[in-house]
Amino acid sequence: MSPADNDRVISTMPTGLWEQPAISTPDLGDEEPVQRLRLPASMVYRYNPGQAPTRYLRGLAQKKILGERSASNPDVYVPSRGMNPTEGTPTSEQVEVGPKGTISSFCVVHIGFGVNAPPTPFVSALILPDGAAVSLYGTLLEVPIEEVRIGMRVEPVWVPDDQLTTSSENITHWRPIDEPDVPAEQLKGHM
Amino acid sequence: MSDEQGGLLEAPLAIEYPFNRTTGPVIGAFLTGLRNERVLGIRDTQGRVVCPPVEYDPQTGEPLTEMVEIGTEGTITSWSWVANVREGQPLDRPHALAFIRLDGADTSMLHAVDASGPDAVNTGARVRIRWAPEREGLITDIACFELVGGAA
Repeated sequence: MSPADNDRVISTMPTGLWEQPAISTPDLGDEEPVQRLRLPASMVYRYNPGQAPTRYLRGLAQKKILGERSASNPDVYVPSRGMNPTEGTPTSEQVEVGPKGTISSFCVVHIGFGVNAPPTPFVSALILPDGAAVSLYGTLLEVPIEEVRIGMRVEPVWVPDDQLTTSSENITHWRPIDEPDVPAEQLKGHM
Repeated sequence: MSDEQGGLLEAPLAIEYPFNRTTGPVIGAFLTGLRNERVLGIRDTQGRVVCPPVEYDPQTGEPLTEMVEIGTEGTITSWSWVANVREGQPLDRPHALAFIRLDGADTSMLHAVDASGPDAVNTGARVRIRWAPEREGLITDIACFELVGGAA
């Protein structure tokens, strides 16, 4: 969390609705009584993404975006959860998609959160990799916000090769490339 | 993600809530006292001293206002031995969790007691606060309790 988020007002109560009587204390010789507590609570899990997402993350470690499709349906899902979600059939074929893609939807983020959030405002986008049926979530940088539009062509920016791991963080962000926009009609159903 | 022998990936996943809350005047004064190596309780409507202090009378619900200083030594009123220490507990070695009635208080507070083993702990044993080297206005300003007489 950024400091700004930590210091947000948590709740307020209308004046006069609730009051606590003043208390008397021994002299504590302390000019600044404690008024706030930061109490971080956490639950730590061992996360296992499953077989199909494991294959996807292994691909990312080689700078490949790997989708999967089932024998009965041409749609390539990325990342695959191991089955075609509309039919329930197992995804048996691995297909490399992208790495270039098209913005299928986006929003401008004004309140950032998370440890790796870029400075606000920034653009969070759904990016349809070439050859995929569904979009990936990503951050779009290296372009003025006003110029971002649905249909814009983009490419991933990878971390340096010696920092590649089996993580979605291998793609630090996406950036525009000099290719003609994809008409919005072609993006229907691919968000 | 860990990537052993081509099997399934696995990674630690921490879900964290960065709670940030106001203390209110009573708990705020209690924590301010701890920061100064002093302990405050609060007098309830029966005249008993409650520590840790509460904002409202446990029986009647009336707001309480009179905070009083109590001692930093006390008596174990009940305890249990923690043989398997988990992350986030006050001590990183086996210890007792005890209810401790501080001198001048009429109620007990729950805290850790540093002791060599369960044989060293007794109901009725005298303990004193071991303060954290750096105090910041948290219950953890009390690092733990130790047995008076140095049995730990």
